[in-house]
Amino acid sequence: MRVTSRRCPLLAILLTAITGPVLADDDSSWTVSGNVGLQARMFTQDPLWPGQNPDRLQLSLSGELEFRWRGAEGNQRASVIPFVRLDEIDDKRTHADLREAYWAYEGDTVEVLLGVNKVFWGVTESLHLVDIINQTDLVEDIDREEKLGQPMVNLAMQRDWGLMNLFILPYFRDRTYPGEAGRFRPPVPVDGDNAVYESSEGQSHTDVALRYSHYFDAVDVGVYYFSGTSREPRLILSSDGSRYIPHYDQIGQVGLDLQYTKDAWLWKLESIIRSGFQETFEAAVGGFEYTFYGVSESATDVGVLMEYQYDNRSMLEPLTFSENDLFVGTRLTLNDIQDSSLLAGVVVDTKTSETYFNLEAERRVGSNMVVQLRARVLTDASPGEPSYPISNDDYVQLQFSGYF
Amino acid sequence: MNRIRIVKASFVAAWSLIATLSVAATPEEKGFEIAARSDRSDRGFGDSEVSLTMVLRNSAGQESSRTLTIATLEIPDESVGDKSLVLFQTPQDIQGTALLSHAKILKSDDQWLYLPALKRVKRISSTNKSGPFVGSEFAFEDFTAIELNKFTYKYLRDEACGALQCSVVERYPRYENSGYTKQIAWIDTTDFQVRTIEFYDRRGDLLKVLELEDYRKYGKGYWRAQKLSMKNLKTKKSTELIYGDYEFGVGLKDRDFVKGRLSKLR
Repeated sequence: MRVTSRRCPLLAILLTAITGPVLADDDSSWTVSGNVGLQARMFTQDPLWPGQNPDRLQLSLSGELEFRWRGAEGNQRASVIPFVRLDEIDDKRTHADLREAYWAYEGDTVEVLLGVNKVFWGVTESLHLVDIINQTDLVEDIDREEKLGQPMVNLAMQRDWGLMNLFILPYFRDRTYPGEAGRFRPPVPVDGDNAVYESSEGQSHTDVALRYSHYFDAVDVGVYYFSGTSREPRLILSSDGSRYIPHYDQIGQVGLDLQYTKDAWLWKLESIIRSGFQETFEAAVGGFEYTFYGVSESATDVGVLMEYQYDNRSMLEPLTFSENDLFVGTRLTLNDIQDSSLLAGVVVDTKTSETYFNLEAERRVGSNMVVQLRARVLTDASPGEPSYPISNDDYVQLQFSGYF
Repeated sequence: MNRIRIVKASFVAAWSLIATLSVAATPEEKGFEIAARSDRSDRGFGDSEVSLTMVLRNSAGQESSRTLTIATLEIPDESVGDKSLVLFQTPQDIQGTALLSHAKILKSDDQWLYLPALKRVKRISSTNKSGPFVGSEFAFEDFTAIELNKFTYKYLRDEACGALQCSVVERYPRYENSGYTKQIAWIDTTDFQVRTIEFYDRRGDLLKVLELEDYRKYGKGYWRAQKLSMKNLKTKKSTELIYGDYEFGVGLKDRDFVKGRLSKLR
């Protein structure tokens, strides 16, 4: 399918001029779209650590442009998506990234993609365990769903028996961390710019991943092997104790995601086995989502979600919040013109009774604006728990995004 | 003389036999015949692609619209449903959202939803056949349930429908999870196209009325309504679908209707 509307002729002409020699094509088309966001985070408590900005209100602006191109024959496409955020408090949260910048060619059964792209794997809601291609853009959101663009060569082969994807990842992206003034950090800041890599090639180590995915009647399955630099670092205190240094190890990881879809039930499982630094460990997250459709004769759907998170890594590995945790949540979908929806849930650590409450709601206003509400509250985090350092960082976030 | 009379007599006998047979055809058989003739007038279209605007109106008359593209791949076997791919262009915030369906006749369809913000493909439950399709007055089943064998039928009567003559046929969903006890369809006797459908809810009350207008004949004779208006009589809300030009024979194949394609549509 092709989208041929040209929303911004000037940019389209400019882009065609720039890319003309490479992608010369008479009937090809560029489209330009994007969004601008104003975000307000309101913290309920003063910060816990020295150096953090005492303001309880954190404002920021974000912008994203999407340039997309499709060749006249329909079998070539390109995409360039720059993203930027300007944050009034945290200089590390003021950052820019290329989310996408790729060219792709689709043959009959094979596709080649060169450049920067985002790839998501997984099925569960409370934790994205198997998702590994892209580095987390942690300053954007602590839910780890925002990702940095990853340079890659991606070869995909679609056959009757499924889809094979080979990824060659020639450059490693460092995880972003809040600066000294920012919230959501350990007692001293993480120095994300001076990371240490196990590989002597550092960020130039070439990672590879091979994934098979398909569906068999009601079962969707994905399985992969990844070899390369771990996206999750160990945080090691510097010798002078002034900052944490991320250490990125070389790992091998096998991942599996499964979903069984039956009537109003979705049964989900994600599981990994990771070997590398000092040991081999396993982790899994699994559960269900059941939906009551059209409750009490309205158009509203109410979903009930439950997932269990298990992780048997030792203290030597990168910290995890998800060792033996139970997630219970609900999803409301109003099915109205404004596409209003709400997802609320709580993750309870079954050993420490520490709880993490999360709410995400959104609704379109008019035809071009979306209002998004988020609330995150952590309770009963005692000193010594992995989440204790952020226990004063409960917040409510309101975001207005305009689309064009 | 005798021979002529005999021939005449056997002609009369044969005619009365035919007449008897067609009288003997039950309303159910006749209803199925009419529906089948309408359905089969569309056989062999292969594949199609069309852009449309969906206009949603609430009871106060406030409007909002969505634009989308629908690609369809016909599966010739009547016991298997067609494959379809819906791609949203507007509102801007859901641009790139796509829904892939592999329709089944009596079982639940296989459906995958693509969410571009996360680049996530989600297999979704399709038991929600009676739920609203993207906030509209069209239920999922109104979009997908055009397969002949999804219903049983009963012929009611013939009557005028606008400038045309129509057969009025009741149809009853055979598949699970339908929001309807029955539908009544007006099918014209000239081109065999559906002109109006009344939808009756689970209580048996008239819930919605769909008008199919501006029929256009494409290619070898495939009829497509260019405008569909659905009115909900209970909520007073309505949804109009205004179609652009259909393209047939686009060359779509099975591999264009796989979940791995969803992230590659833009």
